[in-house]
Amino acid sequence: MPDLLIELFSEEIPARMQTRAAQDLQKLVTNGLVEAGLTYASAAAFSTPRRLTLTVEGMLDASPAVVEERKGPKADAPQKAIDGFLRGAGVSRDDLEERDTPKGKILFAKINKPGRPASEIIAEVLEQTIRSFPWPKSMRWGSGSLKWVRPLHSILCILSAEDGAQVVPMNVDGITSGDITYGHRFLAPDAIKVNNFEDYEAKLTRANVVLRADARAETIWNDATNVAFASGMEVVEDAGLLAEVAGLVEWPVVLMGNIAEDFLGLPPEVLQTSMKEHQKFFSVRNPKTGRIERFITVANRTTTDEGATILAGNEKVLSARLADAKFFWENDLRVATSEDGMATWVKALENVTFHNKLGTQAELIERMAELAGELAPMVGAKKEEAMEAARVAKADLSSEMVYEFPELQGLMGSYYAKAAGMSDAVAAAAQEHYAPLGPSDDVPTAPVSVAVALAEKIDKLTGFWAIDEKPTGSKDPFALRRAALGVIRIFVENDVRISLMPFLYRIGEIQFLSDFVEHVDITTSVAKEAVFEAIMSGERIPKLKGKDADARFEFLTEWIEDRIGVESPFGDDNPNLVVDEQGERLDYDQAAHNLLSFLHDRLKVYLKDQGIRHDIIDACIAMPQNDDLTLLVKRARALSETLKTDDGENLIQGFKRANNILTQAEEADGVEYSYGADVKFAETDEERALFKALDAAEAIITPAMEKQDFTTAMSAMASLRGPIDAFFEAVQVNSENPTVRRNRLNLLSRIRATCTSVADLTKVDG
Amino acid sequence: MSKTPAKAVEKPRSFQSIILALQNYWASKGCAVLQPYDMEVGAGTFHPATTLRSLGTQPWAAAYVQPSRRPTDGRYGENPNRLQHYYQYQVLIKPSPPDLQELYLGSLEAIGINMDLHDIRFVEDDWESPTLGAWGLGWEVWCDGMEVSQFTYFQQVGGHDCHPVSGELTYGLERLAMYVLGVDHVMDMPFNDPDALIPLTYRDVFKQTEEEYARWNFDTANTDVLLRQFEEAEAHCKHILEQPPVDPKTGKRIIMVHPAYDQCIKASHMFNLLDARGVISVTERQAYIGRVRTLAKKCADAFVQTAAGGWSEDAA
Repeated sequence: MPDLLIELFSEEIPARMQTRAAQDLQKLVTNGLVEAGLTYASAAAFSTPRRLTLTVEGMLDASPAVVEERKGPKADAPQKAIDGFLRGAGVSRDDLEERDTPKGKILFAKINKPGRPASEIIAEVLEQTIRSFPWPKSMRWGSGSLKWVRPLHSILCILSAEDGAQVVPMNVDGITSGDITYGHRFLAPDAIKVNNFEDYEAKLTRANVVLRADARAETIWNDATNVAFASGMEVVEDAGLLAEVAGLVEWPVVLMGNIAEDFLGLPPEVLQTSMKEHQKFFSVRNPKTGRIERFITVANRTTTDEGATILAGNEKVLSARLADAKFFWENDLRVATSEDGMATWVKALENVTFHNKLGTQAELIERMAELAGELAPMVGAKKEEAMEAARVAKADLSSEMVYEFPELQGLMGSYYAKAAGMSDAVAAAAQEHYAPLGPSDDVPTAPVSVAVALAEKIDKLTGFWAIDEKPTGSKDPFALRRAALGVIRIFVENDVRISLMPFLYRIGEIQFLSDFVEHVDITTSVAKEAVFEAIMSGERIPKLKGKDADARFEFLTEWIEDRIGVESPFGDDNPNLVVDEQGERLDYDQAAHNLLSFLHDRLKVYLKDQGIRHDIIDACIAMPQNDDLTLLVKRARALSETLKTDDGENLIQGFKRANNILTQAEEADGVEYSYGADVKFAETDEERALFKALDAAEAIITPAMEKQDFTTAMSAMASLRGPIDAFFEAVQVNSENPTVRRNRLNLLSRIRATCTSVADLTKVDG
Repeated sequence: MSKTPAKAVEKPRSFQSIILALQNYWASKGCAVLQPYDMEVGAGTFHPATTLRSLGTQPWAAAYVQPSRRPTDGRYGENPNRLQHYYQYQVLIKPSPPDLQELYLGSLEAIGINMDLHDIRFVEDDWESPTLGAWGLGWEVWCDGMEVSQFTYFQQVGGHDCHPVSGELTYGLERLAMYVLGVDHVMDMPFNDPDALIPLTYRDVFKQTEEEYARWNFDTANTDVLLRQFEEAEAHCKHILEQPPVDPKTGKRIIMVHPAYDQCIKASHMFNLLDARGVISVTERQAYIGRVRTLAKKCADAFVQTAAGGWSEDAA
C-alpha cells in the first residue's frame, strides 16, 4: 500500500486563496484517483505561501482489473454492423455472447479492462488537476500557456512504500516532476530530496518551513499573547487577520513594537484600521488606559539581531502611515469645528454624484432629511433632531480620513459631529444610519438613528425603483436587497409601526414628474438641470403627506407647473388617470405596489430563517394593512406558533373543510351565506356546542383583535378545533331541510369569518 | 541569469548613488538602460517602453528612471514621504525570465539591503490600470513592512492579451532610498554625496517645487483650461490614429503610434490635475477614465500593427 506525496511549489500564493486551494487540490486529486479505481485510506492537504501539499496514504498500487459488458447489435444484424461493434469494443467474434432478450437475440461483448499502475493514473489526474485548477484568478508567465496563480516552479510527486520512494514521472508545460522541494526562501533556500510525507514535513521544519497553517496561526497567537502579557498588555483579537498573516509566512516570528506617543491620541479605530489594512499588524491594548499603545508584527524569519532591524523598519513605516492619518484627522477636526462646521462638507457633496439619474449626494442628504423628519414622530424621535442628524450623517464622505479609509465612514462622522458640538444622538446616528449592513449586524435602536437609518434605506429603495434599477437574479449592484432587509429588521426588531405605502408613492411621483418634463418643451440644458434638481429635491415630501392619489397628483401638477412655468402636457385630466398611446391607464402608483411586494419577498426570506413558512406569511400578506411590516410579522408569528400545536394544525383541516363546503354551496346557489346563523335551527348537540364555542371564542377574539393581540386571538381560534371536528363528525351540512341547510351554511360562514380575522387560512398548506 | 554571489556591497550614501547602483545592476543583467520619458506621467508604466513594448511578440528588456506626478499626493513637502512629484525605477523584461524574483532580490542587495537582517515579503497585489485598460497579477514587495516595489506579470495591456508575458518591476525610489539610507523625512535625504563640495539634500532640490505645485494643483490650476486641454488631447489622439498607414509624402508605412500615445498621456495627466482640483464627481470619474482608456486601447491596436509591435509585411 504505497503513499502518495504531491507538492506544487510556486511563487508566493495570495494568503486569502491558500486554504481553499489546498482543499481543492485534495478534492480534485482524490476524486480523480477514486474515479479511476484507486482507493486510499486517508488524505490531507496543506498550504504555505509557496506550496500546496497533498498526502494520500494507503493507496492501491494499481487499479483493479474490471470486466465491462457492452451491448451490441442483434445477432442477425448485417456483418458490417457487427464488425463495427467488434472494432469499437476491441474483441473478436468468438468473445461475443448471444442472449435472448424481449427484442430478440442480441450480441454482448465482455471487455476485460486490465488494471493500470497507480503512477500512470496519478500522472494523468495530477496533470488534469493542474490544468483545470479553480483559482479565483490565475495567470500566464514567460512564453508559456499554462495558467497558475503565480508562476509554478516545481512539481514534487512521489509514491513511497517500505522499499523506498519512486518519482511519478510527468511533465506539465516543461515542468518535470521530481522528489525535490525547497526550504525557506532566505533561511534555507537549497533543494531538499524527500522520501515520504513524514520525511518531507520533518525536513521542511528543519529548513524553516512550518507546513501546517493552523500550526503557524497557533504559534503566532501564542507568541503574540505571551509577549504582550509580559508587558502587561493584551492583543486585540482578530481571527481574520490571524488567518491572513499565517498565510503570509512560512516561519513566523512575532515582534512587538511601539506606537509613537504623537499618535496615541488618534481614535482607536483609526489606529486599528490603519495598522491592520496597511501593515497587517495586530493592535495591542493597554488594559489600564484602554488605549491601543503597541502593535504586533509577524516577520517571516529569524535574524542575527533578533529582529531589531525588522522592528525598527516596521515602526518607521507605521509612523509614516500614522502621520498621514493624523494629518487627515487634524484637518478634518479643523473643518468640523470651524464656523460652518460639517456643512462645509455637505456643500462639497453638491459636486459629488450619488447616481446620475438620482442626483448628487447633497440632494440625497436633503431628501433623507425630509424623510427622517416625517419618520421621526413615528419612531419617537424629535423631528428637528432627526433632520439635523440626517444632514450630518453623510458629511464625512467629504472628509479626508474617509477618503483614505472608506471603511471608517459613519464612524468618523460621529467623531466629527461630537467635535462640532452636536448632540450624542446626532453623532450616534452618523455612525448607525448605515446599519444593519449584514443579516447578523445589529440594528440601530436609538430613535434618531432609527429615523435616519430608515430614511436612508427608503430613499434608496424608492429612488432606484423610480429609475427602474431593481435587482434581477444575482445582480444587485446597489445592494437593494440588503437595504430592504435593513428596513424590515429596523421595523420589526424595534417594534416600529408604520404604514409604508405613503412613503413608497414617491416612486410614482418621480416617474410622473419625469414624464411631465419629457412631454413638455424645455430647450436649454440649464433649465433641464433645474427641473431635474426639482424632481430630486426633498422639498415636496412633507407637502404630500396624507393625501390620496388624486390629491397627490393634482398637487404635483400644480407644483411642477409653477416650478418651470409650463402647463401640464396631460391637460386638465387627473394625471394619475391619463391614458397612454396604447390606451393603458398610467398608474403611477404601480411601482410602489411592486416595491411593497419586493419587501414582502424579502420578509419571507427573513422569516424563513426564523422557521416561519412561506405559506404562513402569504396568509398574513393577504390581510389588510400589509404595508405595516411589524403588524404583518406579529400575525405571522402568532399563526406560526398556533400551527405548531395539535389544535392549530387540526383547526386548519376543519377550517378548510368548512370553507370548501361553503364556497361550493355559494357558487352553486349564487348567494353569499353571511346572514348570521341562528341557534334555534340547530338540530344536534354538536351543532349547539359549536354555536356556544363560537360565541365564547368571539368574546375573546374581538377584543384581542382590537388590541392586535394575535396570539390570544389565535389560541381562542385553536380552541374551536374540537367543536368543529365534532360538528363535522355528527352533522351533514347539506340537510334536506332547506332552512337547516341554510342555517348550517351560515354557521360555516361564521367559522370562516372568525378564523380569517388574523390571517387568510385558505392560503395555509395542509 | 544566475544569482550573483553575495559580495560586500558598499553602503550607499545618497539618493543618487542608489539610482546609479540600480542602473548598474540592471545593465549588468542585460537590460537596455533607457532615459525618462519627456512628458508628465503618473507612473513609470506610462512610458512607451513599458505600455507599448509589453505588447506584441518582440522580446524586450529595459530599465529606466521615470519622474512621476500624482497631483493628489501633494503635501507641500511636509509629509515625510508623500510627494506630488517623485521618481520611479522601472524594469520591463519580456518574456518574464523564470528567475525574475531572484533577479529582483539581487537588485535589493545591490543597493545595500542586507538580506540577512531584513524581512522581505511578496504580498498579493493585483495591478490594474483602468486608464490603460491593463491588468496583471503579482505582489507589492515589502521590506520590513514597507512597500518598496511592485512586481507584476502583465496579462493584458490596452485590451490586448500579453503573449509572451512581461515581468514588470517598479521601485518607488524615494521611499526605498530613505529606507536604505535610514532617513525619516524625505526632505532630509542627501541627494548627492554628503561630503561633496556642495552637498545637496532632497529639500534643497524639491521642497520649493513641492510647495509650488501643491498650491497650484489643489487651488489654482485653471479647471477650464485643463478641461479644454483634456478634450483637445483626446481629439488630437484620435485624429492622428485616423490617418492612413502609408505616408503620402514618403510612400512608407508609418503608423504614428507614439505621437498619438503622447496625446493619450497628456489627457491622462489633465485628468489627474482635474481630479486634484476636486471638480470630478464619482460618476464623471469613471467616464473620464473610460475616455483615456479608449485612447490607450486605440494606441495599443495601432502599435501591434507596427514593426516594434511584431507586425511584419510577410505575416500581414
